[in-house]
This record gives sequence, structure tokens and C-alpha cells, in this order.
Amino acid sequence: MSDWIEIGSLDEIPRQGARVVKTGSGNIGIFRTLDDEVFALRDHCPHKGGPLSQGIVHGARVTCPLHNWNIELATGQAVAPDEGCAARFETKVEGGTVYLQLSGD
Amino acid sequence: MKEKLVLIGNGMAGVRTLEELLKLAPDAYDITVFGAEPHVNYNRILLSPVLAGEKTISDIVLNDREWYASNGITLHTGKKVVDVNRARREVIAEDGTIAPYDRLLIATGSTPFIIPVPGHELEGVIGFRDIQDVDTMLDAAKHGRHAVVIGGGLLGLEAANGLQIQGMDVTVVHLMDTLMERQLDPESGRMLQKSLEEKGLKFLMATQTEAILGKEHVEAVRFKDGPEIPADIVVMAAGIRPNIELGKKIGLHCERGIVVNDTMQTFDPRVYAVGECVQHRGMTYGLVAPLFEQAKVCANHLARYGIGRYAGSVTSTKLKVTGVDLFSAGDFVGDADSEEIVLKDASLGVYKKILLKENKIQGAVMYGDTVDGAWYFQLMRDGTDVSGFRDSLMFGQAHLGDSGHGGQNAAATMGDEMEVCGCNGVCKGEIVKAITTKGLFTIEEVRAHTKASASCGSCTGLVEQILASTVGDYSATPKKKALCGCCEYTHDEVRKGIVEHRLTSHQAVREFFEWETPDGCASCRPALNFYLLAAWPREFQDDPQSRFINERAHANIQKDGTYSVVPRMWGGITTPHELRAIADVADKYAVKTVKVTGGQRIDLFGIKKEDLPDVWADLNAAGMVSGHAYGKSLRTVKTCVGSEWCRFGTQDSTGLGIQLEQMTWGSWTPHKFKMAVSGCPRNCAEATIKDFGVVCVDSGYELHVGGNGGIHVRATDLLARVATEEEAKEYCGAFMQLYREEGHYLERTAPWIERVGLNYVRERIVDDGEGRKSLYQRFLESQAVFQYDPWAKEVAASDRRRAYFPIKQVG
Ligand code: SRM
Ligand SMILES: Cc1cc2nc3c(=O)[nH]c(=O)nc-3n(C[C@H](O)[C@H](O)[C@H](O)COP(=O)(O)OP(=O)(O)OC[C@H]3O[C@@H](n4cnc5c(N)ncnc54)[C@H](O)[C@@H]3O)c2cc1C
Ligand code: SF4
Ligand code: FES
Repeated sequence: MSDWIEIGSLDEIPRQGARVVKTGSGNIGIFRTLDDEVFALRDHCPHKGGPLSQGIVHGARVTCPLHNWNIELATGQAVAPDEGCAARFETKVEGGTVYLQLSGD
Repeated sequence: MKEKLVLIGNGMAGVRTLEELLKLAPDAYDITVFGAEPHVNYNRILLSPVLAGEKTISDIVLNDREWYASNGITLHTGKKVVDVNRARREVIAEDGTIAPYDRLLIATGSTPFIIPVPGHELEGVIGFRDIQDVDTMLDAAKHGRHAVVIGGGLLGLEAANGLQIQGMDVTVVHLMDTLMERQLDPESGRMLQKSLEEKGLKFLMATQTEAILGKEHVEAVRFKDGPEIPADIVVMAAGIRPNIELGKKIGLHCERGIVVNDTMQTFDPRVYAVGECVQHRGMTYGLVAPLFEQAKVCANHLARYGIGRYAGSVTSTKLKVTGVDLFSAGDFVGDADSEEIVLKDASLGVYKKILLKENKIQGAVMYGDTVDGAWYFQLMRDGTDVSGFRDSLMFGQAHLGDSGHGGQNAAATMGDEMEVCGCNGVCKGEIVKAITTKGLFTIEEVRAHTKASASCGSCTGLVEQILASTVGDYSATPKKKALCGCCEYTHDEVRKGIVEHRLTSHQAVREFFEWETPDGCASCRPALNFYLLAAWPREFQDDPQSRFINERAHANIQKDGTYSVVPRMWGGITTPHELRAIADVADKYAVKTVKVTGGQRIDLFGIKKEDLPDVWADLNAAGMVSGHAYGKSLRTVKTCVGSEWCRFGTQDSTGLGIQLEQMTWGSWTPHKFKMAVSGCPRNCAEATIKDFGVVCVDSGYELHVGGNGGIHVRATDLLARVATEEEAKEYCGAFMQLYREEGHYLERTAPWIERVGLNYVRERIVDDGEGRKSLYQRFLESQAVFQYDPWAKEVAASDRRRAYFPIKQVG
């Protein structure tokens, strides 16, 4: 599949932070780690729907701002002992530009 | 090929070490376990309730065979290890089984000490240590009538209680003249004896056993000065000895136990040992909490993480006899420098003794009412200075305003559907289920799995009780509280290091203190950010990504992801002009709710993140600034009307409140900081539950500190009386600065003062005039950096504004 959508420049996402992509079916958080890896998750915590994009990003995880669940950015899985999953999307960075593939898995 | 690890001793400490190891390095070893008992690992502590018929053997299994299998562990039950060839690195079992190892872990526990009186080898003379002993006792209860228990310590009494419940006629023989003399003072020992006598146990105190009589099976016991009593079973509970039989035989250095260093290594570096069989820094232990600590450290080294040192433990004791409440910890005898606080009510059957030295708890004995045992133990472990609340110490934590539970057996009598944790809606049944199905042992684990007590924490005591009544009593051992899971250092150590070693960035701190994660976690990052900016207001580059969203977005996030906005209303005073501007903002941005807050100002709810800068710009235009309702910072200064209007007002409380707010707004503190000024002792502004509160009196101003509404209500302590507004401001600034410099992140002034002691705060602020002035000076200096309106700054920085918008809209 090659329906990559251009999101914007990597510089516009803060390191250890996130930005939001608005879609017809809800927001997607685009996360950037300390070492510039980029991940995308549905911006909806598996606990009670908190906006994950607003959490603190550490390592390859984000801590939900509402009740502190930790979510693995690479898989969307909640870190044990919490259980749940946020849908993830493929991303890539080419020439300083971030791309997103909408067909989530 | 994987290295081989062999564990000798399939008991609590050894298997716990394996569990810890599997968490850290699941694939590091091929593991083989030898156990002399024919059982899987079970919870030895709960043998007493099994004997008493309150639990069954299957209730107390900790790891079933499937656990061993699914972790790829080869299990040999019923196979005692009789030798180890350390040169060839092989373990040899009684039946000839041989297992090679690269590393060996010895956890052979203890053996009951059997007093070598004539007849001790008769059938029916046993210790109280394992399932087999319990089976023997239950069998004796079926066929016989008389039981003699030798030893009036913890184990002896639990055995006696169980045998009596099983219908036997039980006599406890004790060498000393009071029970449990190692844990209890004579006073509480006698109270214990009395209540056990009421339950039907008989005691022979200060009595020595001379001989056990019988042909093959025990028939009677004879004592030194004559009497002889019939016995169908004799339980020897006269103490335990570390089981070093094997350790000695294979040439490991042993004294009372197998000697290990701080990493649980024996003198042979390939051989580790944990549990009751070891001797560490001269100490041996007979309770599980320290053994679990050892297990953790040992696993860490087996996993080759190479961090973690075991530094010894302080333990506390409880007696597991239903209906008898008893707690003891630390030193309760004392010496010339220690002081005792004693409370005794013989008719209620309550006795409490606390031993203090230099205002710190050294030990405690409690009988009849042990609700606060865990609390005293905590104060003792943390070395808390109790001078500030010494007068009410005896009455317990509830007396300090803990809104938690009460009643010692609350947990045991609660129904499964009763709610324990009000914050997270967790009821007892869920907690018990998590404990039993997931094999949890500590309050931290229960918290992680169920969220019970994870929020406000006021139900912690209750959750601990449930834990104790489900798995037995494991008060965690004292350990220094690391700042978070990423490092080994405490808040104080990190704060000190930042200043002493001039660490001025997150990276520098993490490198210096050897953080285990590359960029910390959601707990340590905000803490470090605060510590750094408090230490280096000018040098440190604030890191918004290390702040909680509220401080990053200068607004409070709500459950639906929108934000709330609270502009400052100095001292609770507003004007028609400001109110009009607020009303306009509410209309223009379709604000859903406009609410007067508990802090005397107005909150606008339901604002979209992308609208925040515009809302702020409008409020700024009307002269209003951020109220920091979102920050670990100064929140509000509540005031009452005061002398300007009120018929009782002694001073201008509104005016002083506004001055204080103007002086302190924008400052960052370890936790939120609230103030109030009341115009007279009627105290309409509730100044005595604020972090800093002023109560005006005719002659000047009473300055109060360390108050807290919220979860644990705490009334303030009086810090000082001053005559002028200028002094009030100086004390206020100095107090805030001291708290800024020394409080732990997320510790409000109330717990901070309880930790360091009111006396300490008085010394620094009241007695030391020079010191106060320089604290105040440092406060004003940092205010020169931090006192600005973050809203205006964000509005002005047009490049920052984009950050509030989605990066892209798709579809
Ligand atoms: C808005 C307000 C309730 C109201 O509508 O009146 C409020 C709302 C919140 N309070 Fe409060 N508290 C409010 C006054 C209080 C008061 C009363 C007071 O200040 O006089 C108290 C008790 C006094 C005290 O703090 O000692 C209070 C004790 C708490 C606590 C418990 C603090 C404690 O130390 O035990 C929390 C939890 C925390 O901070 O960790 C809390 C936390 C919160 C949070 C921040 C919860 C959160 O993290 O989202 C709420 C934010 C809502 C929002 O978006 O604005 N709120 N909260 C009040 C705002 C005051 C203001 O103008 O800034
Ligand atoms: C009745 C009772 C009540 C207790 N109550 C409490 C309490 O309330 N609170 C508390 O904290 N503690 C309590 N304890 C103490 C607690 O159970 C022990 O501290 C803990 O079990 C010790 O763990 P360990 O692994 O060192 O030894 P154990 O659990 O005894 O394990 C050692 C194992 O090694 C096996 N073994 C020994 N030698 C060999 C060999 N050569 N080859 C193979 N296997 C061998 C033994 O059979 C045993 O199974 C109680 C103990 C008892 C007996
Ligand atoms: S505003 Fe305060 S008391 Fe009310 S629900 Fe929120 S945190 Fe609880
Ligand atoms: S909504 Fe994310 S932790 Fe509760």
C-alpha cells in the first residue's frame, strides 16, 4: 500500500512530545521520541479515552494525562499491569517530512 | 548455550528470587529447582491459619506446577540435596540425581530447634515448620486430647491457638515469665497471656521441661519442679536455626548462617544464598519481608544488572491469632536517652507504648488496638521527626485528620462488594481476586494491578489489611524511597547533588545519578524540572516536555480533552469591567460552564485547545493574567472583607491578601501552594487550612503554616506572631523559599512539615533572623525570573501559537 499522507515537517513536532492530526473519524496523535522516532496512535486512551497526545513522552512510551496509564508507542498496548490497546498507524520520515498511513491495523 | 542456574530449597525466598529474576531476564538461565518437601512452593506464613482451619492447603499454594512448567523450570520435589561438588559444579540429590550448574542459589531456610531433653526423639514430638508438621498436628487432634507446646513465642502461640481450635486441650510451656519477650514488653505480654487464657489456653510460665515420656509415642511431659502432664503431641517452638547443614558440608563459610555480602553472594562467587539460611552483616532473619528484599537484590545480580545492594532490614511483627491484636516493631526497651509514651486501658484491653529518641520513633508495642501499627512503623522507618504532632501521636493517624478507615478488623469483616478505594472504585472482592490470582505480595503490587490506593492513598491502611488477611503479613521492609523507578537515589540525594555538583540540565542529572532510562519517566521528569529550576533559576532552560500537560498548556485538562481557564482575581476582588470581559469570553468561545471556584475566582470550562491563545489574549486585554489554577505553584490567596467593611475586622485582610498574591504569583513550588488572610479569629477565609495562612488580630498578624484541606485535612501550626505587614510578607517569602528549596516534588507543606518537624521550620524562619532574610532574598531573586504572565508570553510568541493547533486536518 502506498497511500502515505504528508503530515508536515518533523521540526513541528516537539521532541518528547506530540501533535494532533484531525480526521473525520477522530484525532490521531503523532509522537516524536528523544531519538527522533515517530509513532502514530489513535488519540484515545484505552482506559477512559484520554487524549494521549497531551501526555508526557518518555522512552518509546507516553503517559496518559488523565490517569497515568503508560502506553507503548510502537504497539499502542498499555503497559502491564494495565490492559488495553490504542489503534496504531504506520508512519515514516523522509527528508525531514513526516508521513502517515491511515489504514490502521 | 544458556547458563544453568540451580536452586536448592523450593521455599519462599528461593522461589521469590526466581520470580524476580524472570521479570528481569526471562531467558538468562536454564533453571532447575530441588525441594526436600514433596510440595510446590507454598506460603509458609499461612500454615497457622491452615492449622486453625481458616484456610486449606490449596489456598496457600504460591506457584503451581504449571508455573514451573510454563517458565521452563525443571522441578524436583521430594529430593533433598545432599552434596555439591563445587569443583565440578554439580549438585547431588539424595536419590542420586545430578544437576550441573553455572550459578547456584542456596535457600534452605531454617530448621526448628528441638530441645535435646530426654525423649525428644519420641514419635509425636515435632516442630512447626512445614505442611507435614501441620498434618501431624491435625492428625493428633483427631485421635488425641492433650497437646503441649514448648515455647511461648510467635510460632508457639500460633500453634497452640490452632490446636485449641481443633479441639485439643493445650498447655503452653514457657521458660520466661512473660510471653513473646523478644517482641513484647512485660506489660503487653501479660495482657496477651490473659486474653489467651480467656480463650481457654493454659500456661506454665517460668517453667523448664525436664523430660518427654513415652514408649514409642509421646505420652506425657515432666517439668523441672515436679509436675507431669499428659500429652498426645508435643510441639517444640523454642526457636529456629538457620539451616546451614548443606552449606557447611560443602565448605562455604558459615557462622550462624551462610555468610553473604551485600549482593547475596557467598564466599564462592558462583554461589548465592538468600532467606533464613543466610547471615548478612551479622544478622539472620526469620520473617519474609527482609527475605523478599534479599530476593530482589539477588535476582538483580543473577540477571547481571549489577545494581542494588542489600543493606539489612528492620522488621515488625504481628501475631496471627484471630481476635488478638498485637503489633510490635523496633526497640521497645530503650536506654537512658530515650523517652516512653504509654497509654493503658486495662478494662478495654488496650495498651500502647511508643519509644522515642530525639523525637524519632525507635520502637512501638501495641496491644488491643493496632490500627496505627503500620503508620508508626512507617514513621520509624522514615525517621520522621514527630515533635510537631507528638501530643496527638498516641491517638493515631485518624486523629491527625486521616479521612480513611478505622477499626482494626475492618478488612476481615468487609463484604466482597464493599468499596475500598473511593477514587478508583475498587471493591474488596477485586483486590482479593487480584492478590490470589496474580500472586501479589506488596502494597505496591496491589496498587499497580488494581489501582486501589493508587490515587489519594487514604485507603492504603485498609488495602494493607486486606493484603495481610489474604496472604499473611508482610510489612514491607524499610528502604530508602527512590525518586522513581528510573534511579536509585532519593529526592533529597538528587536535590543535594544538583546543587553541590552544579548540575544544570536534565541530561546532566541523569548522567550523574546513573539513570536507568534514557529520558526518565512521567514521574521523575516533572520532579527534575522543578528541582533544576528551583536550584538554578537563571541558568536552567525550562523543559516544557517535562511538565504535566496542565503546566505545558497553562490550563487544566478536563475529562473530555478540553481545557478550563481561570484568570487571577487578586485576593478574590474583582470589578464590573473584569466580569464583563469574562462574560464576553464566555459568549465568544461558547464556554459550557462558568463556575465560581472554591478559591474565590471564576472558572471557564470546555475550551478547545486551539482557542486557548485567543481566550488568553482577550482576558489579557482586560488586564487579567493567568491564575495558575493548573500549576504546582502559587494558586490563590483567599481573603475575607476585613477591617474595610466588617464590624469585627482588626486589619485590612483583603489588602494584605492582594499584596501577598502580588508578591508570590508565578512562583513554582514542590506542590500547589495556597494562602488565605482572615481579618479576625472568626477566620472566614479559612486561613488555618492553608499552606500559609494569616489571621489578623488586634496587635498584628498570626502566621500559620502547613495547613491542608483536601484528602487529609490538617490544621495549620502557628509559626509566629508579627506586628507589621512587611514582616508578614518577609516571613511568607522565606517560608515559601524554604519549602521550595527542601520539599520533595509533590509533597505539600503539610506532609513536608510533618517530615522535617515544625521545630526545624521555626529554627530556620523565626529564630534565625539572618537566615530568614536571606531566604526571603533568594525568593525575591527567583521571582524576578519567574513572575511573568505565561498567557501573555504564549500569545506574543506567534511561532508558539501553532503548537495549539492540529498539525494537519485530513478528510
Ligand atoms: C476548580 C476547583 C473546584 C471548584 O470548582 O471550586 C478545583 C478543581 C480541581 N482541584 Fe481542587 N479545586 C478547587 C479548590 C480546592 C480546594 C479549596 C481551596 O483551595 O480553598 C481544595 C482544598 C484545600 C487544599 O488544597 O488544601 C482542593 C483540593 C484539591 C486536591 C487535594 C489536595 C491535597 O493536598 O489533598 C486536589 C488533588 C491534587 O492537587 O493532587 C485537587 C485537584 C483539583 C483538580 C486540579 C483535579 C485535576 O487534577 O484535574 C481540579 C481541576 C479542575 C479544573 O480544571 O479547574 N484539589 N481544591 C477549585 C479551584 C480553586 C481555584 O480557584 O484555583
Ligand atoms: C507457622 C509459621 C508462621 C509464620 N508466620 C510468619 C508471619 O506471620 N510473618 C512473617 O513474615 N514470617 C512468618 N513466618 C516465617 C516465614 O515463613 C519464613 O521466614 C520464610 O518461609 C523463610 O523462607 P526461606 O525460603 O528462607 O525458607 P523456607 O520457606 O523454609 O524454604 C526452605 C525450603 O528449603 C527446603 N530445603 C532445605 N534443605 C534442603 C536441601 N538440602 N535440599 C532441598 N531442599 C531443602 C526446605 O524443605 C524448605 O522447603 C512463619 C513461619 C512459620 C513456620
Ligand atoms: S473538582 Fe476536586 S473534588 Fe471535585 S471532582 Fe474534581 S478533584 Fe474531586
Ligand atoms: S483515560 Fe488514559 S489513563 Fe485514564
